[in-house]
Amino acid sequence: MATPQTLEQFQQKCAAVLRPGLRKNKELERFRVSVKNGNALAADGPRGPKPRHAFSKRNIFIYGTLFVVAVYYLLPLYVMVVTSLKGMPEIRLGNIFSPPMEITFEPWVKAWATACTGLNCDGLSRGFWNSVRITVPSVILSIAIASVNGYALANWRFKGSELFFTILIVGAFIPYQVMLYPIVIILREIGLYGSLSGLVVVHSIFGMPILTLLFRNYFASLPEELFKAARVDGAGFWSIYLRIMVPMSVPIFVVAVILQITGIWNDFLFGVVYTRPDTYPMTVQLNNIVNSVQGVKEYNVNMAATLLTGLVPLIVYFISGKLFVRGIAAGAVKG
Amino acid sequence: MRHFTMSSAARRPSRLFRNFSAKIASVPMILTALVVFVGGTLWTVLYSFTNSRLLPRLNFVGLDQYERLWATPRWLVSIENLAIYGILSLIFSLVIGFVLAALLDQKIRFEDTLRTIFLYPFALSFVVTGVVWQWLLNPDFGVQAVVRSLGWESFAFDPLYNSSIVIYGVLIAALWQGTGFVMCLMLAGLRGIDEDIWKAARVDGIPAWRTYLFIVLPMMRPVLVTTLVIIAAGIVKVYDLVVAQTSGGPGIASEVPAKYVYDYMFFAQNLGQGFAASTMMLLSVAIVIVPWAYLEFGRRR
Amino acid sequence: MRRILTAAVLAAGTALGFAGPAFATDLEVTHWWTSGGEAAAVAELAKAFDATGNKWVDGAIAGSGGTARPIMISRITGGDPMGATQFNHGRQAEELVQAGLMRDLTDIATKGKWTDVVRPKGLLDSCTIDGKIYCVPVNIHSWQWLWLSNDAFAKAGVAVPKTWDEYVAAAPALEKAGIVPLAVGGQPWQSAGAFDVLLLAVGGTDAFLKVYKDKDGAFAGGSEIAKVFKAADDARKMSKGTNVQDWNQATNMVITGKAGGQIMGDWAQGEFQVAGKVAGKDYTCLPGLGMNSALATAGDAFYFPLLKDADKAKAQEVLAETLLDPKTQVAFNLKKGSLPVRGDVDLAAANDCMKKGLDILAKGDVIPWTDQLLSQDTQKQKEDLFSEFFAKPDLTVDEAQKRFAGIISSAD
Repeated sequence: MATPQTLEQFQQKCAAVLRPGLRKNKELERFRVSVKNGNALAADGPRGPKPRHAFSKRNIFIYGTLFVVAVYYLLPLYVMVVTSLKGMPEIRLGNIFSPPMEITFEPWVKAWATACTGLNCDGLSRGFWNSVRITVPSVILSIAIASVNGYALANWRFKGSELFFTILIVGAFIPYQVMLYPIVIILREIGLYGSLSGLVVVHSIFGMPILTLLFRNYFASLPEELFKAARVDGAGFWSIYLRIMVPMSVPIFVVAVILQITGIWNDFLFGVVYTRPDTYPMTVQLNNIVNSVQGVKEYNVNMAATLLTGLVPLIVYFISGKLFVRGIAAGAVKG
Repeated sequence: MRHFTMSSAARRPSRLFRNFSAKIASVPMILTALVVFVGGTLWTVLYSFTNSRLLPRLNFVGLDQYERLWATPRWLVSIENLAIYGILSLIFSLVIGFVLAALLDQKIRFEDTLRTIFLYPFALSFVVTGVVWQWLLNPDFGVQAVVRSLGWESFAFDPLYNSSIVIYGVLIAALWQGTGFVMCLMLAGLRGIDEDIWKAARVDGIPAWRTYLFIVLPMMRPVLVTTLVIIAAGIVKVYDLVVAQTSGGPGIASEVPAKYVYDYMFFAQNLGQGFAASTMMLLSVAIVIVPWAYLEFGRRR
Repeated sequence: MRRILTAAVLAAGTALGFAGPAFATDLEVTHWWTSGGEAAAVAELAKAFDATGNKWVDGAIAGSGGTARPIMISRITGGDPMGATQFNHGRQAEELVQAGLMRDLTDIATKGKWTDVVRPKGLLDSCTIDGKIYCVPVNIHSWQWLWLSNDAFAKAGVAVPKTWDEYVAAAPALEKAGIVPLAVGGQPWQSAGAFDVLLLAVGGTDAFLKVYKDKDGAFAGGSEIAKVFKAADDARKMSKGTNVQDWNQATNMVITGKAGGQIMGDWAQGEFQVAGKVAGKDYTCLPGLGMNSALATAGDAFYFPLLKDADKAKAQEVLAETLLDPKTQVAFNLKKGSLPVRGDVDLAAANDCMKKGLDILAKGDVIPWTDQLLSQDTQKQKEDLFSEFFAKPDLTVDEAQKRFAGIISSAD
């Protein structure tokens, strides 16, 4: 058992191990290896203490806890799926956790194709393609801008650059509702109000703070030697960015893409204020369907609509979950 | 552009043209920072001193809007709710996120599956989260009804319909949605810790929990900072979740400041009052964030 | 009936077709009518407009006026206006008109002799700013209705009440039978509306006008209004256990006999109709809660933003005419459960409840409603107060009345 004194000694030891110079070399070494392996950040193996026997008390505790927590996280999804497959009479009678006695896909069909809002009875289908049309350019533009910002902030600091960055970070805390009115005015003045490009600009603006933070941290964590070497070779701002920085930053780009797809796909406020009915994104349609109560709330249709709307970000997460953690490790850990 | 940059770099020109490309490239950021964030904020503050109704008008009334704001019960409830929600969600998401990450970091099996399970709610919007949890917590057919049907007749769990605990109902949903992401950040932080540290700690016989608390956590400072920024920004902005889950009810029991701002700006068509409320929100954010942000990001390295 | 209506609509369409443009113009119309009865009603408007050779592009925004109005206003002020938009009749669009963003309809109104056909006169007055007409009223809604489930009272073994007081007396019996006596949905406007109805029913017409028209704060804090708060306290106790948000879900509780009754505007009628219920047999309606026969009239109106496109402007004129067309008025209002704004249309198809409303209207016993009397700001403060009052049993009647008097003193 370690006394506080030995703990302190140990901390000192750690500090010595991690002396800046040492750390840099080590990191650079690891980095070279990982680039060689085509894997920009190799740090994805568990770091915790070594496991003991398979059925130790400790393992039972760990798996037990994780299992219970996993059930809590899965329960709402389970309820959503189960409910969306039941008919209304069964929902009214039954227990929300019981599996459907008779599986019906009708709620899904209805949510996708025939649920009504006002006079439009074409469900979510109309919103799906609108969401795609909004999300794709917004993701590309916002990431392009934020990555260049991060690169300039990390490698080409100029007078005032840190001030602008601080403003951006503070801006991340401003509730969107507060900015709604000024944005209407700005968009009106530049003539983009009501157009899809206007909405793309809005998403790029509000995605900027957090993305810039991630990119800046990531670029700052890349070994400076690479950048310096390129400078000595006479490469300029854009050529270093395109030829060296971007190819080495795949993990953080993946994270940014995932975050932006989720954020923009799920956005409701900007979608409803800055578009018009024929370009409403899916979330607005979802709100319309969930809130257009025609007599009785059709919970099964609502749940099916909810799942359909969440499907795109869910698939993105299920496919790229591993890349996400790896990329986050790269963008958030160093700073 | 590139040629220009290269040649200008070679000639070492005047200060303005140093890093000229970087400055050009930063124009969108500078514009966003100055026009949208600073400009929008100043504009909002300015109009908070007017009696603007549906449309902004420069008809100054001094501090009237602020006096009314602080005399409004709903605003006071909103502030109190935000404080409870903010503090608890900060603590719980950090603690739960860290514990889950530490458990996942034990070289366990099924790590990918479990991580995906914890993370998937983050892919869902707050609107979706609100709808699902409104349903689960509905006393007529949600958790309460199910437990009662199992024979525990007096079981009561209806946070969304009980004024005094409704904010905790919102918190449950928010934690479900957000802790997975915090866990991911923490896990990333843990993976960034050198394995030698663990070896050394084991050699020195330091128990695992002490290693986590006194050695690993302090070393994870950067990731903690990023996490804090992301969680805190989400807390101040909480709006969609409340609207989708409770609409601020029952009564005004789960109102939050962002909703007050929105309702008064657009529903009550009283922009002045809405702007005064936003200014108060911005002010409190500024008091906490600006000094910290400046220390964290503004210092020259 | 339906065939006759369709024929009439078609006839009206051809008649207007001569006046309208020869080619189709798309006109986007925004509104927040999304419940079953409302959607059926708006379909009638769209059908009539499409029959003129133009195309109604539906811009429904679900939720309520509170969700939809900010979006409408942002679009008008942001320079991307729709072709036409719904607002509640009254002061909601006042500033948009003053800012010169809305279209002056005076010429069309003169041509259509609106001042002669629209009744009660107050409706058109609310559309008039500085002598010019800016909106087309499409229906008359009145808030002061009590909808009672005959089944629920039969189950509880008490007679269906005829007045508010009898209703309050019957509440314990309903509760014993496991029925929520009074359904009040969680949305704030519902509890505020219920209070206003009680104020008019229990306090009387003079008290109502003294509070909301003269904005007499001292009176609002006085003993006469204390009576109304006592009634509101009863309503609060009776509404315990409602646990729904939307007004039509609350109405549905009455339709299915889970609740004894609901204080709600005549738009609830549309829901009973969609559910196939018959007035008098399945449900009972009491105008003015059976206490005060004066009907406060509010309603919906369409406003037309100023557009640059000449074709669209032309289509706006056609729409404005179509909305007030007698056939459209009948078809629309039958579905919506509201009363037509024209005194000269035949509403033979109206059911029991609508006829009660029409009789009161014919007698001219009408007063303006809070939408016309109060600003949105005051309305919102009132909503905050009453939604808190209904949800929080420990907010005392005295405290609530004190706050109410405060809101009225500073009202505009």
